Amino acid sequence: MSEFGTEITSADIIDTLSFFDGWEERYKYIIDLGKELPELDEAYKTESFLVRGCQSQVWLVSEQRDDRLFFAADSDAFIVKGLLAVVLAAYNGKTPADIQAFDIDGYFAELNLLNHLSATRGNGLKSMVQRIQQIAAAAH
Amino acid sequence: MVIALSDFDVAAIRKQFPILQQEVNGHPLVYLDNAATTQKPESVIDAIANYYRYDNSNVHRGAHALSDRATEKFEGARVQLAQFINAPAKEQLLWTRGTTEGINVVAASWGRANLSAGDRVLVSAMEHHSNIVPWQMVAEATGAIVEPIAVTAEGVIDLSALREQLDERVKMVALGHVSNALGSINPVADIIPLAHAAGAKVLIDAAQSIAHWPLDVQALDCDFLVFSGHKMFGPTGIGALYGKRELLEAMPPYQGGGEMIESVSFAGTIYNQLPYKFEAGTPNIAGAIGLAAAVSFLQSFDREAADRHEQALLRSAEQQLQALGGFPLVGTSREKTAVMSFTCDFAHPQDVGMILDQQGVAVRTGNHCAQPIMDQFGIPGTVRASFSLYNNEDDVAKLMAALAKAKMFLA
Repeated sequence: MSEFGTEITSADIIDTLSFFDGWEERYKYIIDLGKELPELDEAYKTESFLVRGCQSQVWLVSEQRDDRLFFAADSDAFIVKGLLAVVLAAYNGKTPADIQAFDIDGYFAELNLLNHLSATRGNGLKSMVQRIQQIAAAAH
Repeated sequence: MVIALSDFDVAAIRKQFPILQQEVNGHPLVYLDNAATTQKPESVIDAIANYYRYDNSNVHRGAHALSDRATEKFEGARVQLAQFINAPAKEQLLWTRGTTEGINVVAASWGRANLSAGDRVLVSAMEHHSNIVPWQMVAEATGAIVEPIAVTAEGVIDLSALREQLDERVKMVALGHVSNALGSINPVADIIPLAHAAGAKVLIDAAQSIAHWPLDVQALDCDFLVFSGHKMFGPTGIGALYGKRELLEAMPPYQGGGEMIESVSFAGTIYNQLPYKFEAGTPNIAGAIGLAAAVSFLQSFDREAADRHEQALLRSAEQQLQALGGFPLVGTSREKTAVMSFTCDFAHPQDVGMILDQQGVAVRTGNHCAQPIMDQFGIPGTVRASFSLYNNEDDVAKLMAALAKAKMFLA
């Protein structure tokens, strides 16, 4: 579905973001990651794929191939879309067990983006992570 | 030393707000989310702390000095708030948790007793969800209908449409005094007599107006008026509901418990008098005392001068925003509080909000709990910068610099 998780891994993102000092470079990079995330087909931008967030909208589509889960996600906001790419780099193409074992809070803490996972942000990101974890749990 | 209070000195006011003296993300905080909640002056913080430090006790029932003192302060706060909105009597000022609870009390208690199938409740199309959903809930229970009052593309109530809508089946007009999402000031002084002429009651949601100019419930002749403490420099979790005496007397209690009864037996319970009939349980004593301190704060300077100051900031910000380009204003009513709501031609409002936050500028983005008007305008939400009396031109300049950077970044 996308190169995130296969070509671009969570380790790559941690690596790249560690080079940047200021917020401007970091956000620029995140926005660019979002631009690399393939746009979701309009057919999927429906209520049933919508992850509720207070501010921007997030859509998530999943598919299981053999023992691996693949995800496609999109948002109507640039920065959130970039953050979705960051999340998919960790989860896409992984087994349900890998997904459940992955320390997403630790990952975001390392990226210095943990505030984006907080419940107050209302950007749908936390809900999307929870949705992915539920999908992984159900796939067992 | 006697300080003349006729002048409005922003620098002196600003110094009373300790929270504004901090840095966020390495930048001095620019707090422009005042329509969501205002910051608290030292005097309010002290009133709350001192209550707990010296006077804490349960009210109305203790046989000891502390309880007497707490009761005196708590009831004194009620008198002060009642006078602040010119209520005819202190019993008509009921403590609530805030605007939302005030509307819920009226919708549940007055609404269930007075609405029946086919009756109509009018709310404006730009209401906050808190002035829509409680009415929908009572409508579901009673068969009444909740209808929007049309709002123009500028964010102004369509008075001629309202006149058409008003008939004998309209039992309630529930209206925000000021739109939280757009800042539009609604002409409640014109609407209240229109609604009354049709036989409807009127509830005014003053959450967004109470901090900006003096309100007089008798001059307005509204039937109910609700507001929140935290949007007028007071604490969260406290607010008030004013109602006309005969309406409050006739309304059944909202919640049962202690305080709200005169006598209880298994044969039957007699309810307490106003205002206690509506104040079951131990109230938010510290909140009421803190809110009274907020009223004293508001009475410590020339409020008209403060309003002129806010309006000047709004005009300056709107002019600079239009000069910058790419951020179209949403809500262009000629009568507005100092709320600047806008979208972005090249990004989502949330992107703009996140970039502003990185630069220490606090705004709100989203639908502002007013989804119907956002849907009407066909936008996902707005960026909302809302100014208070402690904001200054420097805050406006920092907002503009941060927006210029957001434009560079996202365009």
